[in-house]
Amino acid sequence: MKKLLAVLMALAMVFSLAACGGGGDSAEGGGADANATKVGCIFIGSINDGGFSQCMNEGLEKAAKENGMELVKKENVSDSDKQASREAAINLIDQGCKVIVGCSFGFGEPMKELADSGDYDEVTFLHFSGNLQNETNMENFFGSMEEARYLSGMAAASASEKNVLGYVAAFPYTEVQIGINAFTLGAQSVNPDVEVKVVYINTWGDAEIEKAAAEQLIAAGCDVLTYHADSTATQLAAKDAGIYTTGWNYDNNVAGENYLTAPYWDMSAYFTPTFKAILDGNFKPTGTEPFSSYGSMASGLICLDELGSAVSEDAKTKIKETQEKMKAGEFKVFSGAIKYNNGKDLCKEGQTLTDKEVWSINGEVEGVTATSNEKK
Amino acid sequence: MVEFLAACVVAGTPLVLATVGELITEKTGNLNLGVEGMMLMGAVMGFYTGLHTASPLLAILSAALAGAGGALIYAFVTVTLKASQVVTGLTLTIFGTGFAQFVGEPLLGSMAPSEITAFFAKTTIPVLGQIPFIGPIFFQQDAFVYLSYMICILAAVYMYKTKMGMNLKALGENTGAADASGININLYKYAHILTGGALCGLGGAYLSLVRIPIWQEDVVNGRGWIAVALVIFVAWNPIKGFFGGVLFGGLSIIGLRFQAMGLGISQYLVDMIPYIATILIVIISTHKKRKESQPPGDLGNNYFREER
Repeated sequence: MKKLLAVLMALAMVFSLAACGGGGDSAEGGGADANATKVGCIFIGSINDGGFSQCMNEGLEKAAKENGMELVKKENVSDSDKQASREAAINLIDQGCKVIVGCSFGFGEPMKELADSGDYDEVTFLHFSGNLQNETNMENFFGSMEEARYLSGMAAASASEKNVLGYVAAFPYTEVQIGINAFTLGAQSVNPDVEVKVVYINTWGDAEIEKAAAEQLIAAGCDVLTYHADSTATQLAAKDAGIYTTGWNYDNNVAGENYLTAPYWDMSAYFTPTFKAILDGNFKPTGTEPFSSYGSMASGLICLDELGSAVSEDAKTKIKETQEKMKAGEFKVFSGAIKYNNGKDLCKEGQTLTDKEVWSINGEVEGVTATSNEKK
Repeated sequence: MVEFLAACVVAGTPLVLATVGELITEKTGNLNLGVEGMMLMGAVMGFYTGLHTASPLLAILSAALAGAGGALIYAFVTVTLKASQVVTGLTLTIFGTGFAQFVGEPLLGSMAPSEITAFFAKTTIPVLGQIPFIGPIFFQQDAFVYLSYMICILAAVYMYKTKMGMNLKALGENTGAADASGININLYKYAHILTGGALCGLGGAYLSLVRIPIWQEDVVNGRGWIAVALVIFVAWNPIKGFFGGVLFGGLSIIGLRFQAMGLGISQYLVDMIPYIATILIVIISTHKKRKESQPPGDLGNNYFREER
């Protein structure tokens, strides 16, 4: 009897877990119309995470509203579990979704399989990041975040007194290194002597490690911090130490007066026209590599948050000028003579990197100290 | 150097609390693998209470109660119903994770009120804090860290200097003999498993209330499992538990330190060190057969009085 009860207890725990976790579907947003086209959204996190998923969700909500579409959301879907993300997508299609939006790198492969399978030709697949697309119904999209990173680097350098900036970074790979390099080049445009120290934490999200990394950078002499990781822990560390910081991903200031600005995404700049094209039947992936759709400061996908009071008026003017040039398409971050910190050329005099070349950056530019140097 | 060692104490505090909690649990002969789950339950309930009451003491209390609540499920299933300890512990981890996500969902992104952050700001202890070297490392910390010092000392005094502590040891070494000697087995097991859970809950709350006072999912991030390994590493001794926790905390951030200083030592290699150290300690202690570094004799065995 007792053993039976024990089994029942264990089962009860498991079921209560299933009830707690999992993150069920929620249909909401946009069109109240029952005939509205449904958009299935797969998020890696929770849509009020104050970071990437929230930023995605807000863009989707806005775009769905403008186009009278309805969103069906699946939150907290693991992107390392291919089977789970595949099932999430199929389930959304079964619920009648005509568009599937995958908001994390790992969703790409299963989405591509479905898009290419021939069974779902009437469904459009939109995938953030990655390099997977096809000619008919799957597009990957991203943006030139280096533009906003560059501007935030200008702000950081203008607020620094010690001329040493700290960068908490997730992994030493291209997307992160594009950001580090753009930030550094921006900082150097204000102050050529500035130094950027990078700590790679080898995880996207461990708030405690992010904070510890930020604290070690402060101990190593940095007086302005920035980061490329999921939580806002770096901002907290900067606030505790009374130094300046930028945000990232989402215009979320948790450092108060110590916040300079933040590079962030306005995803509606991509989704609104794309949804419209899908509804009008005009949607077609461009076939451009590595991204079918590549947004920018000019397209409105890439944004810079308002500049804080610690940024001098002089610097503000300079940043705004550069931003205007970016919007007009007259300013490219990776242009002219730029060297990696191991002496190799990243970009030669008179050359401007194409988007594809930007996405083959591997390493940090001169002025950056990071230990991934040693590996090359 | 000093400020790095002080950072090690901070990084080690959640590990210290969870390790002492788990070793007290294991001293009863019960292996509770639900540390990660109990830490998360403590983290989320501590934060929830802190957010709504703005009272640091209520937040701490609530975190301890949440951890103890998780342990109560475990104790009921393993002590009273005598189900498998390993399976129950693992299930508790999964349950605790889900519980924290469920309760934490509406809290995501909210920030603990300033009363909480002010209470847990770093404070220097008079006199002790002025001692060169030792002072800045140990006595210029936050209230929660001081609480962890007291818990370690109290646990050591209790385990080694009191009759009840001796009874606890007897219980874990040979439950049948302890039962025969008149010790109230179930009361002892429940009391210590719940206390252990409460300490794990506090360990989680240190992360959510002090270190990262903005709620986010999975603040604990595997530290519960490190604590389970640490218990073996420190040979069920709460004082060693303190230094072991600080050591492992230090190892978790030393790679970041190397990078900030511009030293090219692989982070992956550094991340492996705690586990390699644990394996070595287990091998050495098994090989040397030193009595005090062996696990409690009846660890993991459920006690059936009728079957004796």
